[in-house]
Amino acid sequence: MNLVFKKETFRDDFTFKNSPEHVRRFPFPFHEDKYMYTVNIEPHTPGPVNSVFEFPIDVDEHYVSEMEDRALVLKDDPLRCQALPHMLLAEWDLVELLMVSMSEHYPEHFTLTRDGDKWHWINRPLGIDQLFTFGDTATLPYPPMEYITRQCQGDFCLIDQRDGNLWMDAGIVTTQADWSLDFDIGMNFMEWHGPVPLAHEAGVFDRALKFLMNLQLGKPVRRLNWTMSINPRLDTSPENFHKWGSDRMTVTPENIGEKVHLRVELQGLWRLPRSNAIVFSIRCYLISMNELVTVPKWARRMPRVLKNLPPELIDYKGLSRYRQMTIDWLSRFDDGAPTSPGGQPD
Amino acid sequence: MSMNLMSGSTEIPVRVADIVQVSERVKRFRFEPVAGGSMPVFSAGAHVVVSMNIGSRRARNPYSLMGSVTDLSAYEISVLKTVDSRGGSVFLHDSVKIGDQLTVSTPVNLFPVEQRGRKFILIAGGIGITPMIAMAEQLTAQKLPFELHYAYRNDQAGAYADTLKARYGHLVHLYIDSRDERIPLDALLKNQPLGTHLYVCGPGGMINWVLESGRKAGWPEENLHSERFLAPPSGKPFSVVLERSKKTVTVGEHESILEAIEASGVEPPYLCRGGACGQCLTGVVSCDGTLEHNDHYLAPEERDSNQKIMICVSRIKGSNLVLDL
Repeated sequence: MNLVFKKETFRDDFTFKNSPEHVRRFPFPFHEDKYMYTVNIEPHTPGPVNSVFEFPIDVDEHYVSEMEDRALVLKDDPLRCQALPHMLLAEWDLVELLMVSMSEHYPEHFTLTRDGDKWHWINRPLGIDQLFTFGDTATLPYPPMEYITRQCQGDFCLIDQRDGNLWMDAGIVTTQADWSLDFDIGMNFMEWHGPVPLAHEAGVFDRALKFLMNLQLGKPVRRLNWTMSINPRLDTSPENFHKWGSDRMTVTPENIGEKVHLRVELQGLWRLPRSNAIVFSIRCYLISMNELVTVPKWARRMPRVLKNLPPELIDYKGLSRYRQMTIDWLSRFDDGAPTSPGGQPD
Repeated sequence: MSMNLMSGSTEIPVRVADIVQVSERVKRFRFEPVAGGSMPVFSAGAHVVVSMNIGSRRARNPYSLMGSVTDLSAYEISVLKTVDSRGGSVFLHDSVKIGDQLTVSTPVNLFPVEQRGRKFILIAGGIGITPMIAMAEQLTAQKLPFELHYAYRNDQAGAYADTLKARYGHLVHLYIDSRDERIPLDALLKNQPLGTHLYVCGPGGMINWVLESGRKAGWPEENLHSERFLAPPSGKPFSVVLERSKKTVTVGEHESILEAIEASGVEPPYLCRGGACGQCLTGVVSCDGTLEHNDHYLAPEERDSNQKIMICVSRIKGSNLVLDL
C-alpha cells in the first residue's frame, strides 16, 4: 500500500478523515449482530495484504499527524509516559521489536542497520537519523521506550511477569479510551481490569491471565476492543475529561454522521526475549458514522449491535447520551437484510 | 540476518557444531542454526526442548541454555548422562555426533531473573549449574550483585567449577560432598538485605531442603525461585482413551501420557514438559485406577478432585484413563 501521510488534527478543529482505502481496511470489530466480552484472542499472524493485520506493527496514513498529537500530549502531561526502573531491559526489548518490525515491513520509510550493538535508525517521515548503542541509555535523547514509542502509532504497556501474575510496570498512554496510566501503573492484571463490567463474572480474565502467563516467544497474539467517541479525538484520557467529556452533549440528530465515531483498538501481545516481560500494544483506529455507512454490511450491523448491548456495557463505554440518537440515524441504512459473518466488508 | 522475533515457529533445525566432554558424566553440545544467521535472543534461566529421533520414537527433553545471552551464534547445553530408561541423555551422549541435525524449540523461560531483585543468591547442585552459568553472565552484564554456591558429588563431578571460579573469583563458593563440605544454608538465609532473591536448581531433595529452610527462615515465597529438572517417572503400562479424538493409546513403562499421545498423531498443547507450567493440563473424564500426580502445578484440591491431570509427567496406578482430548 502506497502511504501518503496526511496533515490532520485530532483536537480543536478535528480535520481527521480516512481515505476510502483506509475506510475499507478499518478493523470493524463485530463479527455478528450482537456483542459481548470474550477472550477473543487469536494468533497475531500475517493477515490479508493491505489490512491492519498484514504486519505485526501497522503504520498508516495517519502516522505523522498521530505522532505530532502524541508529542503535544506529552508536552502538556509527561506522566502519560512512565517506566518503573526495573523495566529498563524490557524497554530495550521494545526498541528492538518496533525498529525491526517497522524497518522490515516499511523499508521505504524506516531503515535499521546494526553492527553488533552499534545501531543506526532512520525514520524518514519524521526526519530522524539516530546513531546509538543498543543497551546504553546515554546514547538516546529519551529513555528507550519513550524514544521509540514517540515514533510508533498506538499506546504501549510493558508488563512484568512475576509472582504468578502480570504487572503493568511501564507504558506510554496518549490515545486511550478513558483509562489512566498514572493511576494504573504498578497494578496487576486483575487490578487494572477492575472496572470492566460483566467480564470478571464470565471468567474472561481468569482464562486470559492463564493464557498470557504462558505466552511464548515468537507466538504473539491479538484481539480487538471497541468503544465510541464524539469527534476524532485520540486523547480521551481521564486526565483531560474536562476537555472532552462535554463533547457528548454536542451530538444532535443532524451531526451524528460527522461527530459520532467508532473507536477500535487492535491489541497485540508479544513475549519479550531479554526481560521475559510482555508488551501490550493498543492501536487506536477511528471511523466516523458517515464513513462507516459507505460499507453496507457495517451500516446494517452497527445499529443492531448498539440496540442489543447490555446496559452495563452502554454505561461503561460512555454511550448513554447519544446511543439512541445514533441507532435512529443508522436505522435508515438497515433494511433488515442478513449480514455475513465476520467483520470484513463484503 | 537475525532470527525474526515474530516468525511464529517454535521448532528450529540445528546442527551439532561441537561436543565437549566436560566432566565424567557431562557433555556440552553446541547447536548452530541450519538456516544460518543467529539463534533467537533469550534470557538467563531459559531452556529449550531438544527433539531427537530415537529409533522410531521422537523424544523431547528440556535443557537449560548455558551460554551468554549476548552470543547468539549458537545455543549451548550441557547434558548429564543418566542411566534413565527414557534414553534421551544416553542417546545424546552415545549416538549423537558432530554434524548431526536435531531441532530445538524457541526458548521458554520459567526461571527468569527478577528484574526488581537487588541481590541474587544462586544455589546449584550437580547439573543444576547450567542455568546458573547463564544467570551469572546476565547478572554481571546488568551489574546486579550475586553469589553462586555450587555443590557437587566429587572432584570429577564439578562441571565448570574451575571456569566459574576463574571468571567470578570470590563470588563462587564450591562444596564437594565427598569431602563433607556443605552449603552453610542457615547462615546464608539469615543475613540477606531486603530485595534478595534466591534461585536453586539441582536434585529434588536439595531443592526441597533449600525452599523449606527459606520458608522457615521467614523468606517470602516470592523471593524463593526453583527449577526442577523433572523427568517423567516410569510406571506400569496402562491405556488412555481420548474421548473427543476417539482414540485409544497405550502408555508404555518409560514414556509419559503426553509422549504416548503424540506418538499416536494427536498434538496436545505442552510447554515445559516438566510438570511446572500448566500448559498440558487435561480434563479427566474417568479413571479405572488412581491418578498419580507427579507435577508441581496443581493445587491439593485440584489433585483431590480427580478431574485434572498434567499429562507430561503424571500417570495412573490402574488399567485405563479417559481424557477430555
